[in-house]
Amino acid sequence: MSALQPSEVDRPALARGRPAADADLKSVSAALRRAEFGDRLRSLLLAAPLLILLALSFGIPIVLLLSRAVYDPTIADALPKTTVALAGWNGQGLPVDDAFAALAADLKDNQVKGTAYELAKSLNARLPGARSQVLKTVRKLENADGQAALEAMKSVPFWSAPSTWPAIRNGTHSLTSFYLLSALDMRWNADGGIERVPPEQAIFLQVFVRTFLVAAAVTLATLLLGFPLAYLIASVPKGLAAVLIVAVLLPFWTSILVRTAAWTVLLQKFGLVNDFLLFIGIASDRLDLMYSRIGLIIAMTHIQLPFTLLPIYSVMRTIQPSQMKAAYSLGAKPLTAFRRVYLPQVFPGVMAGCLLTFILCLGYYITPALIGGASDQLISNFIANYVNVELNWEMAAALSFILLVFTLALFGIFARILGLDRLKLV
Amino acid sequence: MKYTKQTLLALVAATAFTTTIGHAAFAQELSIMASGGAWQDAQRKAWFEPFSKETGVKILEQEYLGDLGKVKAMVDTGNVPIDLVTVETATVLQGCDAGILERLDYSKIGPRDKFIEGSALDCGVGLDAYGDILAYDPTVLKEAPTSVLDLFDTTKFPGKRAMRKFPAQNLEWALMADGVAPADVYKVLATPEGVDRAFKKLDTIKKDIVWWDAGAQPAQLLASKEVVMTTAWNGRIQNAIDTDGKPFKIVWNNQILEYDMIAIPKGAKSPDLAYKYLAYISEPENNAKLASYITYGPVRTDAASFVAADALPKLPNAPDHLGGAYLVADTEFWGDYGEDLVKRFNAWLAQ
Repeated sequence: MSALQPSEVDRPALARGRPAADADLKSVSAALRRAEFGDRLRSLLLAAPLLILLALSFGIPIVLLLSRAVYDPTIADALPKTTVALAGWNGQGLPVDDAFAALAADLKDNQVKGTAYELAKSLNARLPGARSQVLKTVRKLENADGQAALEAMKSVPFWSAPSTWPAIRNGTHSLTSFYLLSALDMRWNADGGIERVPPEQAIFLQVFVRTFLVAAAVTLATLLLGFPLAYLIASVPKGLAAVLIVAVLLPFWTSILVRTAAWTVLLQKFGLVNDFLLFIGIASDRLDLMYSRIGLIIAMTHIQLPFTLLPIYSVMRTIQPSQMKAAYSLGAKPLTAFRRVYLPQVFPGVMAGCLLTFILCLGYYITPALIGGASDQLISNFIANYVNVELNWEMAAALSFILLVFTLALFGIFARILGLDRLKLV
Repeated sequence: MKYTKQTLLALVAATAFTTTIGHAAFAQELSIMASGGAWQDAQRKAWFEPFSKETGVKILEQEYLGDLGKVKAMVDTGNVPIDLVTVETATVLQGCDAGILERLDYSKIGPRDKFIEGSALDCGVGLDAYGDILAYDPTVLKEAPTSVLDLFDTTKFPGKRAMRKFPAQNLEWALMADGVAPADVYKVLATPEGVDRAFKKLDTIKKDIVWWDAGAQPAQLLASKEVVMTTAWNGRIQNAIDTDGKPFKIVWNNQILEYDMIAIPKGAKSPDLAYKYLAYISEPENNAKLASYITYGPVRTDAASFVAADALPKLPNAPDHLGGAYLVADTEFWGDYGEDLVKRFNAWLAQ
């Protein structure tokens, strides 16, 4: 937030006057602040309905969903007795028999309440293979009490395995860093430190990097195509400009799904693009454009082009051609005139268009799913997979949270470099 | 006031009209969500329409991709507009665990011991048996593959092959291609070394694989010559052969047998009607009817005699197709290791 308020700049400068005038100035500036505060309050009240609507329909649901990433009380709620029994355990070796008995009692309670399955699933997320062991144990415990229950627990080797109890103990904390760490390919190790997961399980950092790289490539491609096109539209006569704008906007109004499907028809092995390349003799063999990074970038560039172009065009339209003529007449070469007169004026539009495209690209889902290959899936595809297929909403929330933080950080950097007041979106 | 003939007629017509409207509003409705395509068409002909005719219950159809995210959202918010949902076996376990699907009361459906083993689960009842098979286009491949495991032979069968973007089936086939006997596949796959071994085998063909998600895709990928062979659900390929006249061929050797299931979401509005429907389609005679519209076999052990004679030879569990090696998918295994293996599979895909 570098946009400095003129009043804040001037006030210290004013205050550096003679001491006698200082008191006056202080009271004046205090009065000014009061007046400003009243103004601010009034404008806030005017915007209140909108702000309340945003908070209710947008803010609260997002916060609630994101809180799932760090708050998962399933295991704590399901194992109250075990939680108490584990309070004195140092985490080394196996806990005392009381813990086994407490767990047996908790498992039986869950069976009665019908929540054994949820518990099994939650534990399984932290400890693969736990699901069937929990359910098997529950069945064994059905007619066992006291000593018999303890023996039933001991008869399942899983409960005496070294990794089982630490995982249970970690699960009994409702506030958990498990999902956020997993989203960054990290985990707690046995000594209570944080370590990276083994390379064959590491996935998300790679996907985040890939998402940002694809977004950057698409942003660059739309800029290279959109800038000259915007210039052309801004400099042709009005009638032709209208035709060109419609040509740009027509695909913009078509559903993204339809455009993606159209690209699959064009890009496939025996599709139009390959036929054309063979026909004109550029390619000697059919190229694999579908299920590839290049195909994905082509399709995304096509979809994002208007988003980059329109802000640039709206700024270019306001620049008088006579300015460039004036620069030439003062002896500037065309390139110098472009660099020193034209570019500084269109720069806010360029930045706005690029930022818009870049941030929209971070959330792409349907196009990578249909056109990208297995190694071209972006972070949204993974979030959707956890929401729809895995039903692991905690993990989905954690990934969303990381994506949101990255995006906001990026936006913050942009705003610092550029100043938000210079972003011209329309 | 004198009634004319016309007003009388109008009155009669209006009364008739309002009563039909009234009846329509009170007609019982059952909404079923299935995964679309040729399979849903077959269910409509074999079950939805006859059931409607017999009971007067109106069936409202919806389509979805087979993932439970949507159903979870319905159950969590307590607004469940569907009464029945078709699911895969692994999804039944998942939905059972997450408390999204009802535990079924088999006394309202049919004798549980009359279902093929593994097709009558706590939260889902089997609809049909299908095979995960290999399909190819003989006009493209000069030499005919003889086993699903030929997926892994890129020297004899060069070119792209399509496989489902999911670890299940692919890991089993990878181990079998690496020399593990069908009977030991799940034992080996339950160990970290076994998982490494399966992925190592998949590594050998990774760059030649195109991945599919939806059941209709394999036939499309073969038809557009994007791939030379593909794994698929047998009914979808048979449908492309029979209705679209495609020249495809199915390889049954080393197929994996699975069951389609149907389940009741927790909090469904008309569970009694749902049970009525489940009982109806579980009757051996009705259970066998689906085979006439898509080549999926019945799950009732006593239904074989009711299968239409011309449909029988095309079923995955027809005697001819079980002559070679085959594997019955282990649902419990995937309930246990599914989430972990999916994560590992996705990590492997991304590398």
